[in-house]
Amino acid sequence: MDSHTTELLILVLSSAAATYVWRGLGVLFSGRIRTDSELFQWVACVAYAMVAGLIMRIIVMPTGMLATSMLADRLIACALALLGFYISRKNLFVGVITGVAVVVAAGYVRGI
Amino acid sequence: MFLTHSPDGTACLAGVRDAAGVPAAVLAAGMIGFGAFALEYGFNVWLALLCTAGIWALPGQIVLLEMVSNGAPGYLSVIAVMLTGARFLPMTMSLMPVIRHPRHSQPVVYLTAHLISMTSWAWAMQRCAGMPQERRLPYFMGFAAACWAVSIAATAVGYFLAGWFPAPLRLGFVFLTPVYFLVILIGDVRTVLAAWALTCGAVAGPLFHLLSPQWSVLLAGLVGGTLAFYIQRLHGQSHH
Repeated sequence: MDSHTTELLILVLSSAAATYVWRGLGVLFSGRIRTDSELFQWVACVAYAMVAGLIMRIIVMPTGMLATSMLADRLIACALALLGFYISRKNLFVGVITGVAVVVAAGYVRGI
Repeated sequence: MFLTHSPDGTACLAGVRDAAGVPAAVLAAGMIGFGAFALEYGFNVWLALLCTAGIWALPGQIVLLEMVSNGAPGYLSVIAVMLTGARFLPMTMSLMPVIRHPRHSQPVVYLTAHLISMTSWAWAMQRCAGMPQERRLPYFMGFAAACWAVSIAATAVGYFLAGWFPAPLRLGFVFLTPVYFLVILIGDVRTVLAAWALTCGAVAGPLFHLLSPQWSVLLAGLVGGTLAFYIQRLHGQSHH
């Protein structure tokens, strides 16, 4: 294994352990402390904002493969995905498949 | 066979059966996207599978890929992944009293905790209430372990399929993850606070990326999330 792979392996294992800390502490604390405190609310906000920021960044300023598609196509795909989701009465599959289909179709039309 | 004749085995199999349907299909869609993403970001397939099996939380997995590819220092990546997983603390704390029974040993309970995900948590909180207490943990284990196994397999499927398809289809695979999260996050907003956090984060993410790609994920979360928290507090106070 080369050093880059070893480094990645350590990162993945550390990330797994870091995620498990919450689950383990959850067992330890269950039934002992309240979960509706302001600290919990703030942590939830940070987690939500972090994921929302990341997803928005990937859609607006992608790197790699996605960067070969047009921004307008990706935004239209997102809008139609949400539209599909709501008119199918919140069917996750309809939404996701709509979005993916739009990007794939746009890719063929633009000859990627 | 012990699986079909013991009460625990029966409960466990009932969990597996309930998972094999919409829950597994939704998870598979997300994890196929993750597999394609991992290929795109240059991870080898074993690392991708280890991400799914070990982190077992799609947002954390995507954050890790993203930060590694931006060249962020390792400790920052682990801190960011850890922050995305913070929701597991209140989730586990609320689930454990529901599914636990005094006869289960500590190692079994801590092992079960690893299998908790958004999908299995939401399912169990709904379904387990109507079951005898001693059946709940084996049922949950069956359900959650089936979700976990399907997700690992789906990660491999996404990883290999994405490499074989022509460019426009590959584009679709890589787009699966962002569009999946977009729909889940917006479609699942239940509180005003969550809506503010999503909005502030969505604005902060691209802005901080322009300033510093390595720090952007973490900073956007801290600044956007804190801003949302205070907006909600001010807003709430003005009504009293």
